[in-house]
Amino acid sequence: MKILVCISHVPDTTTKITFTNDNTQFNTAGVQYIVNPYDELALSKAIELCEGGKGTVTVVNVGDSSTDPTIRKALAIGADDAVRINAVPRDAYFTAFQIAEYAKTTDFDMILTGRESIDYNGAQVAAMVGEFLDIPSISIIKKLDFDGSSAVLEREIEGGKEVVNVSGKFVASCAEGVAEPKIPNMRGIMSARSKPLVVIEAAPIDEVAKIVQFETPPARGAVKLIPAEDAASLISLLHTEAKVI
Amino acid sequence: MSVLVYVEQVEGKFKKSVFEAVSYAKAIADQTGTNLTAVSIGQVEQGQLEELGQYGASKVLNVEAGELKNFVNQAYAAVIAEAAQKESADIIVLSNSFSGKGLAPRIAVKLKAGLVDGAVELPKIDGGIFQVKKTAFSGKAFAVTELTSAVKVIALNPNAFGIKDAPVSVEVESFSPALQSKDLVAVIKEIVRATDKVTLPDAEIVVSGGRGLKGPENWGMVEELAGLLGAATACSKPVSDADWRPHSEHVGQTGIAISPNLYIAIGISGAIQHLAGVSSSKVIVVINKDPEAPFFKVADYGIVGDAFEVVPQLIEALKKHQA
Repeated sequence: MKILVCISHVPDTTTKITFTNDNTQFNTAGVQYIVNPYDELALSKAIELCEGGKGTVTVVNVGDSSTDPTIRKALAIGADDAVRINAVPRDAYFTAFQIAEYAKTTDFDMILTGRESIDYNGAQVAAMVGEFLDIPSISIIKKLDFDGSSAVLEREIEGGKEVVNVSGKFVASCAEGVAEPKIPNMRGIMSARSKPLVVIEAAPIDEVAKIVQFETPPARGAVKLIPAEDAASLISLLHTEAKVI
Repeated sequence: MSVLVYVEQVEGKFKKSVFEAVSYAKAIADQTGTNLTAVSIGQVEQGQLEELGQYGASKVLNVEAGELKNFVNQAYAAVIAEAAQKESADIIVLSNSFSGKGLAPRIAVKLKAGLVDGAVELPKIDGGIFQVKKTAFSGKAFAVTELTSAVKVIALNPNAFGIKDAPVSVEVESFSPALQSKDLVAVIKEIVRATDKVTLPDAEIVVSGGRGLKGPENWGMVEELAGLLGAATACSKPVSDADWRPHSEHVGQTGIAISPNLYIAIGISGAIQHLAGVSSSKVIVVINKDPEAPFFKVADYGIVGDAFEVVPQLIEALKKHQA
């Protein structure tokens, strides 16, 4: 079995988000980068499925050399090898195209991603890769069982879940519940340094979208504090002043 | 040129977010001086389909093929792309729902279209420039995205655009798309859906609990308050990590991002990751016994006090208010 796991290099969840150049670029100064938390779940699931010599896990990242430490972190968690497609990811369409082009050159059973990246929150890459490869994609899964040829997945829907059966190659985007995130141990960290990280060049594709401006949410006014003993008055404020109930 | 909106049915009915998407698509059709066509897949009653005219759809393509009874994103994407080509639609709108997230990217690739997911405003269209604002960094920012492709796909966030009456006469047309077996490989075996509860992503009011509630046994008052308000319940990450509540209720940066009209946070301190997922709520109420809780800085209304005393008071007051 071979599983490809797509990982994105994103700002740590505690990052205060600011912009530079007239709010056209994300301010990377002082930002710590991590493996996108949802991608970590996908990776943990892939490692779990391949445990005991049942298969290998390859992580795939689209990025320039600045993402190498993030890729090494994924190798430390337990991936067997890594491929970096050498380009600054323009948007999800570009990223998905690159991953699909690479996938066409290698054998695999499934491709796992996170449900979305926590920076641009596109939630697009998994389904786009599926479409570029013309194979099924199942978005936002909470459970995945694989018997070597077919998979049973649980997909999140509003107010519930759907159980989906799929045979043959597929792509799935992973959400909480699919696996417990694995933490790298010392042996993993040591061996990550010597695991293969292959760099390949990106393929050309037309641009379809670009971010032209960032905005930060407007600041809220000061909080109106209501004494605890008078909590009941909140209800009338929500009704008459805020007009939300 | 025209605008096409995909109207997602759930058990034969359209939800509020669908009417929002239709209203949004109608506004774009008006901006671009063209008509709006809706495409529905699955078994929906004629009356429901005709209701789409109330919000500005002048034509409804109705796809009832038995193979498409359940959602399979691969096949649904093929149908919508075919409908777009048939109608010469250059703008395709859908809800950014769980299904929409699995569908929009496939439609975009089929049509070589740029995609804006999580749109929060109408596009700005100026000459050849087409820009749409969307949420980014899990609610910590917005990104204005320019679509440079000929065909454009927009997935609209729930609660971002109101439903607007724009009645037109509507014609429902049966549509039989070409189906390919390769698009029907994934098969739905089971659907579990709680239909009696308000679902979190499109709820107008959300009542949320954190570690301050001390344990899962104390959620009764959260549920009672939510029930009275017609609200969905939610929780913070530590609460779902401890299995006090299901992961599907976790709101925040690594959970679900929501933007209800009213968000009531009980016993949640307001870590930056939590705020990211809820900060676009229109009105925020924070109940916490710690006056230094960071959540108060972004709240509209705050009560510094013990949740176990405050929440029962709110429930009583609400019952009186509703009586």
